[in-house]
Amino acid sequence: MEYLKKYPKLFQWLFLLIVFFALCFAIDVPETYKFIRGQAEFVKDPNQSVYFFLGKEVRYYAFDVFWRLPPLLGWLPIWINDSLFFLMNEWMPMEFWNEDTQEFKTRPLLLEISRNLTSFMTFLIELIREILLGGLETIVAFTSWDFIDAYPWLELPGLPWTIVAAGAAILSYKLSGKGLALFAGLTMIYISIFGQWKPSMQTLSFILVAAPLSFIFGLGLGIAAYKSKRVEKALYPILLVMQTMPQYAVLVPALVLFGVGDHAAVIITMVVAVPPMILLTILGLRAIPPEVIEAGRMSGCTNWQLMFKVLIPTARRDILIGVNQVIMVCFSMAVISAFIGAKGLGFNLLLALNQLNIGLALEAGLCISLIAILLDKMSLAWANKQTDYFGNLTFFQRNKNVIFFAASFVIGIILAYVGTFIFKGSFNYLFEIPHNKGISTADFWNKGVDWIFDTFFVYIKAFNTWLIQDVLQPMRALYLRMPAVATLVLAVGAGYLIGGVRSALVVAALTLFIALSPWWDRALVTLYMATFGVVISCLIGFTVGTLCFQNKKSAAFMLGVCDIFQTFPSFVYLIPVMMLFGITDTSVLIAVIVYATIPATRYTIEGLRSVPVGLHEAATMSGVNKFQRLTKIEFPLAFPHMMLGLNQTIVFALFMVIIGAFIGTEDLGQYILKALSDKNGAGIGLTLGICVAFIGLIFDNLIRTWVGKRKKHLGIA
Amino acid sequence: MSETVIKCESVYKIFGENAKKMLEESNGHVDAKTFQEKGCIVGVNNASFEVAKGEMLVVMGLSGSGKSTLLRCISRLTDATGGKIFIEGQDLLELNNKELIELRRNKMGMVFQSFALLPHKTVVENIAFPLQIKGTNTEESISRAMEMVKLVGLDGRENYFPRELSGGQQQRVGIARSLAVEPDIWFLDEPFSALDPLIRKEMQDEFLRLQEKLQKTIMFITHDFDEALKLADRIAIMKDGIIEQLDTPANIVLNPATEYVRKFTEEVPREKVLIIEDVMDAPSKDNLGDLKVSKDEIIENVAEKILTQEKLVGVVDSNNNIVGSIKPSKIIDTVFGGRKNGS
Repeated sequence: MEYLKKYPKLFQWLFLLIVFFALCFAIDVPETYKFIRGQAEFVKDPNQSVYFFLGKEVRYYAFDVFWRLPPLLGWLPIWINDSLFFLMNEWMPMEFWNEDTQEFKTRPLLLEISRNLTSFMTFLIELIREILLGGLETIVAFTSWDFIDAYPWLELPGLPWTIVAAGAAILSYKLSGKGLALFAGLTMIYISIFGQWKPSMQTLSFILVAAPLSFIFGLGLGIAAYKSKRVEKALYPILLVMQTMPQYAVLVPALVLFGVGDHAAVIITMVVAVPPMILLTILGLRAIPPEVIEAGRMSGCTNWQLMFKVLIPTARRDILIGVNQVIMVCFSMAVISAFIGAKGLGFNLLLALNQLNIGLALEAGLCISLIAILLDKMSLAWANKQTDYFGNLTFFQRNKNVIFFAASFVIGIILAYVGTFIFKGSFNYLFEIPHNKGISTADFWNKGVDWIFDTFFVYIKAFNTWLIQDVLQPMRALYLRMPAVATLVLAVGAGYLIGGVRSALVVAALTLFIALSPWWDRALVTLYMATFGVVISCLIGFTVGTLCFQNKKSAAFMLGVCDIFQTFPSFVYLIPVMMLFGITDTSVLIAVIVYATIPATRYTIEGLRSVPVGLHEAATMSGVNKFQRLTKIEFPLAFPHMMLGLNQTIVFALFMVIIGAFIGTEDLGQYILKALSDKNGAGIGLTLGICVAFIGLIFDNLIRTWVGKRKKHLGIA
Repeated sequence: MSETVIKCESVYKIFGENAKKMLEESNGHVDAKTFQEKGCIVGVNNASFEVAKGEMLVVMGLSGSGKSTLLRCISRLTDATGGKIFIEGQDLLELNNKELIELRRNKMGMVFQSFALLPHKTVVENIAFPLQIKGTNTEESISRAMEMVKLVGLDGRENYFPRELSGGQQQRVGIARSLAVEPDIWFLDEPFSALDPLIRKEMQDEFLRLQEKLQKTIMFITHDFDEALKLADRIAIMKDGIIEQLDTPANIVLNPATEYVRKFTEEVPREKVLIIEDVMDAPSKDNLGDLKVSKDEIIENVAEKILTQEKLVGVVDSNNNIVGSIKPSKIIDTVFGGRKNGS
């Protein structure tokens, strides 16, 4: 009894667990239940039940309601799909003037908008692509094919790679200094020499279009949300869902709306990249001291002047951090959108992985990572750079970077011209090194992979078999054994114990959505993979973080490593694991673990670091040893922050589990991937994406609520 | 009395959703407690006063007393819930946005506790900012800003960024910026509170020097009673949104209106605040000694002289007419009397 009074929460939790397990044991597995059931609504099976809702037919296997809830939301994907189709092909037909056929044509409004948007995006991408690589589409866009036939010299020649490399180095120098400039130069030279120039520039042109557009929209919406509570309230749920939405899932509707290609990829990249920009804009604007705003108002600023002369410059750093985020998301999307036909490194990577040519994949992946790191460092340097005063510099000092670039521009052109004489009849290496004509290390890597396979095959195979048979399969079976009602009770109970009625309701709504969708089983499989990844990641991350924290240098080093790993587009992680473990669940899980360990480690170090110095000194003066200090002072205080790390770990793990579908899993991600090649996939893809997002949000809600309460309790809110 | 520049009539500021309605229902009897129970917080409670041209009104109160809120009502950074505010006869609350901007651009300047400088602009650009907002061309605004730089003694630092300056220097920039448009009305919201004591004293002296020269109409907010005594023409002491007493420093020290005000005055060295006129008696013809003192002299400066006298000391005005007399013992009474452990 004493114990019960002392820890009432503990007993509440115990009670919840007892109820949960009681339900699990009380509800039997129906005899007809089998896991592999395809997409019930497309298979016609006499054993299925059918219901109609809003005129849509939904088929499913009926079980005891306690075991699995019927898919009452099964009409949603079909309905979304039909609505999209209707909007695109039938809604609001209007007359539009057709330039080519010189006559009016009737077309649905949305289709026309989509076409115009598409051609505008295509034009932007082509423009930048042709500046970097050369081509004639841009000129044609302004004139006609006949015109270019008459004046073939008008074709854009493209910049020699030397100039782009010099430009990157000079820009890096201006933003940060010699170190970054050197890195930029070497990266560009590497890309060029190893024959990745063309795909790299294609990817770069993609980002140069997507990132600025995302920035503008994000900033605009962020300002709107800052100014109006109503806009913020409307945006907030979307922002929340987008944070945990797997990037695959948004690709599917994009296919329907904009078709296949770079333009669709750019548009959908914006959908993903705008939310973080909005969030950081709001954050930055909110962080401005109120007195600065008042000072602006008292200076007689109009609203417009206040925004652009006071608020935005003051929030400069946060907004530029937003730019950094946008660039990183764009990069990650540049790879993933290869699935809907975006050209560039991502496409090559996908192709190589599909052919199991690990060597080629590695080369492409390395290029992607190098460019990602470079752009990340550049944009961060820009954000941290403070304005300088240059009123009293000479003309040369003020414009030296421009002058240097102009000089390298001229030199580059001369070099390229000289190159035409040196490399007569073959490729002009001083102009552009064509794809696959550079040095290739693919063979070397492939041989390496073969050697690893030949040498360690037995061990890897043994490990693989053990993991799958003795750990993963039983774990999966356990998760699938949970009756839906028991899971619901557990989730809602946890919500209630942590955050009261409000949390319980939110969690209940999110869980019900998934339970009532046709993919509850798949969600459980996703959950099991994510759980496995998260547990191992946290074990590794918390341990490594705590160990590294013991020494300032190693902590800083570890954070640096985390930074770099986080810069890699998620897809890249699949390369090395496929190299070692082939196409198995093990590969996916290892990628998940590597990826999800990053936030676990980072938040552990940050949390431990944030313990106030005063407390350290107080502890030292009371004569604690290192271990006591860690367990009695540092862990309790850092724990809330570490739990935020757990939250991030879950998001990262879910993300990678979904991406892992590419290797071949049987969870929600696999269905999203299937939806990509399904002409009726849009609704399915979107609903699946929302399911995954909701899994993330359930944990997000629980953890954040708990952390908020805990921090208040500790007085560190 | 010269013309009134700022005039407040029963100004209320109440925070909360139904503030306006609740104020109307209260019929002018606002009780902070009952309001708080209903979810409203009273910031300013029935403030009425006037500030004359060239006068410095110091509003003094502890944190949460509503002094900053009052200032923000008068600069209309926040809208008062009730009452009327007149700036040079214009009804401030009736102004539309455009007129308000015009008023701020030409008539008002404000200095903030945390300096509130724009981090991306240099000293001279910060000072020129209000001018450029107004539409003054760059050359003119910069040359005017340079004058202000000299006025506040920052020459040579005009191209520094705020982050490169000390707190005192940053506040000089803040002061210069608020004066750049040559406003008639000058609001200062705890301008020296964030500074070290030594720098604060230096800035106060500098501020008095500036005011001597510029003769602005000033509302100065502070939580430091000594600062209020040192600077003010008149002091308004606020507590819980109510102005407890509004009077000259001498009257506040001599006749505190409420117990709350008295607590502040107890520790004040009176000889540094009061002048002879405040404590002198009626003129007496007989028994007058040879020593004569001016009625405007601060007691501290003449106390020693007076205390050596045995007879009454004559008090004269600027024309050397006798207007009063003072007993040496009166000085001792003033300095030591009326204190906590005094007689």
